[in-house]
Amino acid sequence: MEFFERFAIPHPSAPIYASMVAIGLTVIAIVAGLTYFKKWGYLWREWLTTVDHKRIGIMYLISALLMLFRGGVDAIMMRSQTAIPENTLLDAQHYNEVFTTHGIVMIIFMAMPFIYALMNFVVPLQIGARDVAFPRLNALSFWLFFMGAMLFNISFVIGGSPDAGWTAYFPLAGNEFSTSVGTNYYALALQIAGLGTLMSGINFIVTILKMRAPGITLMKMPMFTWSALTANVIVVFAFPVLTVALIMMTMDRLFGTHFFATTNGGMDMLWANLFWVWGHPEVYILILPAFGVYSEVISTFARRNLYGYKSMVASMVGISFLSFLVWTHHFFTMGQGALTNSIFSVTTMAIAIPTGIKIFNWLFTMWKGKIEFTVPMLYAVGFIPIFTIGGVTGVMLAMASADYQYHNTMFLVAHFHYTIIPGVVFAMIAGLTYWWPKMFGFMLNERIGKWAFWFIAISFNVTFFPMFFTGLDGQARRMYTYSEATGFGPLNMLSFIGALGLAVGFALIAYNVYYSTRYASRNISADPWDARTLEWATQSPVPAYNFAITPQANSSEAFWDAKKKGHELFKGEVQKIHMPSNSGVPFIMSCIFFIWGFSFVFSLWIPAILATIGIFICMAQRSFERDPGYYISVKEIKETESKLRGA
Amino acid sequence: MKWNWAILSSIFTIITVLTGCNNKLMVLDPKGPQAQTQADVIMISIWTMSIIVAAVFILLVIMLVKYRASKQPADYEPPHIEGSKLVESICIGIPVIIVIFLSVITIQSNEQVETTPKGYEGQKPLVVYASSSDWKWHFSYPEENIETVNYLYIPTDRPLEFKLYSYGPITSFWIPQLGGQKYAMSDMVNTLHLAADVPGEYMGRNANFSGKGFAENTFDVKAMPQDEFEKWVEEVKATAKPLTQEKFDELLDPGHLGRLTYTGTHLDFSPAPEGENGEHHMMPSHTEHSAMAE
Ligand code: HEM
Ligand SMILES: [Cu+2]
Repeated sequence: MEFFERFAIPHPSAPIYASMVAIGLTVIAIVAGLTYFKKWGYLWREWLTTVDHKRIGIMYLISALLMLFRGGVDAIMMRSQTAIPENTLLDAQHYNEVFTTHGIVMIIFMAMPFIYALMNFVVPLQIGARDVAFPRLNALSFWLFFMGAMLFNISFVIGGSPDAGWTAYFPLAGNEFSTSVGTNYYALALQIAGLGTLMSGINFIVTILKMRAPGITLMKMPMFTWSALTANVIVVFAFPVLTVALIMMTMDRLFGTHFFATTNGGMDMLWANLFWVWGHPEVYILILPAFGVYSEVISTFARRNLYGYKSMVASMVGISFLSFLVWTHHFFTMGQGALTNSIFSVTTMAIAIPTGIKIFNWLFTMWKGKIEFTVPMLYAVGFIPIFTIGGVTGVMLAMASADYQYHNTMFLVAHFHYTIIPGVVFAMIAGLTYWWPKMFGFMLNERIGKWAFWFIAISFNVTFFPMFFTGLDGQARRMYTYSEATGFGPLNMLSFIGALGLAVGFALIAYNVYYSTRYASRNISADPWDARTLEWATQSPVPAYNFAITPQANSSEAFWDAKKKGHELFKGEVQKIHMPSNSGVPFIMSCIFFIWGFSFVFSLWIPAILATIGIFICMAQRSFERDPGYYISVKEIKETESKLRGA
Repeated sequence: MKWNWAILSSIFTIITVLTGCNNKLMVLDPKGPQAQTQADVIMISIWTMSIIVAAVFILLVIMLVKYRASKQPADYEPPHIEGSKLVESICIGIPVIIVIFLSVITIQSNEQVETTPKGYEGQKPLVVYASSSDWKWHFSYPEENIETVNYLYIPTDRPLEFKLYSYGPITSFWIPQLGGQKYAMSDMVNTLHLAADVPGEYMGRNANFSGKGFAENTFDVKAMPQDEFEKWVEEVKATAKPLTQEKFDELLDPGHLGRLTYTGTHLDFSPAPEGENGEHHMMPSHTEHSAMAE
């Protein structure tokens, strides 16, 4: 009995029990459904073992949408609790768990897979490649991310959620003050997902540097690919810091070391530094691919080439460099003194300059254009003013003396939502809508999409704009309640109403997916938006081999040139195509990683050791396996092509 | 589509009116020199940033209105434009100037908020050790040799030097109307320089999340003229009980307490941490006082 006690949740409540039941029922339903429809084989062959970047992209996408839902429910719970003073919907402990989970889910398990969904799907197509450089590693990246996410998500029903904030500052996150296993979940789940991300980083850098089709020099890459390159370079430099910091955290919590725990010479400030040395670059990992999406979308729907290509590239490179020089701005108030603060104030403000260049370049891309307000374009156009507010408030926060007043308040919360939501979430919806026909061979309904956009754009401002004011009025962040006398009530109520509006907006997007899947015409061209880059030169949906003939590029808009200037994209004859074969090992290995993580969370040493051995066996298997891949014959390619073209 | 933008802008107006009318925002209603500096920096940055915001909004509206497809002839083919050195230089140049301007202001004000407030330099500061424990604030007045819990009395027109540290998670000591916050940590002492110009009652709190009792981790601040403050100290000395080590350990237990008052301070038996962090760990100069008191 004692053994099982550790799995109980320390602070149970009715909604948690209800969730347990719901999770149980869902799992049963899925298993039963798969068995009844005899889909196990299909699932295994086509998805669990796939190494195709497009399918992996789609799996990232589904995971991201699920996590968006989870994080969104958390958000609604928080805004409901704070909608009125002295509310008792959630108690303090529960509220702490909810905002901690919300932060991690949204950043690590929603935004990250979303950008990797688009990068996976689009980057190889934009550079005319057959797949990423290491397809099987790519599958492993996805499954590690997925298992990390699952491990994190079971925390609230087995053992308890983390509750020390997504920043998990020590000593609060140490054993002394966080006694439940929640923070172990944090350390292990982020570790597993982070390993996957690091592998993706390497994979995409190699892919972009090594696998470009003829003619695509670095300065002729589409802007989204450039953004993916810079983001992945940041990943490779930043994520090892997280890996090490999490190992140290795990050691502190499980093996009694004192890296961060403040007794016996541990340093709480070391954690804060390591966390933000990763954490600040992380926010730029998220924003750069979003910038890439906007560059594609704005240029497509303004019907013009991107203005200032070179300065766009230079500014991204500049941002990725600067993003490593600013981390201290997250704790100006830690007492490092005026000189240090001033240095980091200046470096932080400096980031606004390349960011500003990009904004102006997008504006000038619309100049003399012929702007069409499709759904992706609406998000891009909505992004510009909203993100500008996020950026300028960032500059305000960067002034250390003033940050003493903004820090830890709702003002800060408003700032980062004004950057992340238009920056990342809008961009991902825009990219999703834009590339949807390439992914699935039909378009999302424009009318529902526009309704969703207006709901989201307006509700977003209703939700977050008031926070600038409550922050300046002294409302600290992460407060589960406040008294009526503070006067925060009305504006928090407004935020709550906005949050409901956002929920409606996202529900409309979900409905749009359902509606369009059922009713949208499958009879669309491969290039429904009249776009400019190479991914639109192949069929929709994209065949497994991407391009029957490797395209030849002459500019960053080779497809546009092919349409308008007679550039010849596909020269030569169809030849047989070499493809990597599927493998179940990445999935199996990641399952073992899940067990490994779970065992560590609960200090179950025997399974942990066995799982470690299992992981090494999987690695050995890969080392000794001979996998020559397979060929798709010319005949088969021709058949596929004519079928898709005829459709 | 125009009405949508109309809704959007009316929302901004409504929010501004909702908050602007009835009361002044705390941070922008300073009652001391440091908070005043910070409010000034905030207002300068808001005005400066409005230039950028206005430029972007205006350009955006012009582009959207002028170059929308419905306004163009059907056969209009947008030109290919590479970019222009001049335009891009302007787009870099103006932000650079703005950033330089704000940097100068930041560097000056960073220095100001980290030193004795302007105009208070010659005076002897009141030193208060402010330490947090789950989820309370302990204020030790070494020179006066008294200690309070969850409330802070201070004299006006005199520099205040807070020595911050924590018995537990990182917290952040914040009295918005007197000045910005600073962390209290368990392995070093931070110094925060404040002062109050105006007598009155202010809100003080821990701004940094520190666990279950965080939301209620607040304290009351009352600023009063020096003579009144001295009277209060005398009164405490005459009426309050001494703070023993035992009692103090009890106070440290996690939970919430109301206002408490003691003579003596915990600094004698539980001194502030001595970190390795530069200038912030001078040993308190109060030892001889407390020795006298005993
Ligand atoms: C012009 C560019 C930007 C500047 C100057 C800037 C500046 C800052 C500063 C100084 C802080 C710390 C404030 C404090 O804790 O008191 C901060 C926090 C934050 N920023 Fe930004 N920022 C910028 C852009 C962005 C972008 C693009 C993102 C995300 C995509 C972002 C996400 C965040 C997040 C998540 C936090 C707070 C994290 C936390 O404490 O939980 N920022 N920013
Ligand atoms: Cu940052």
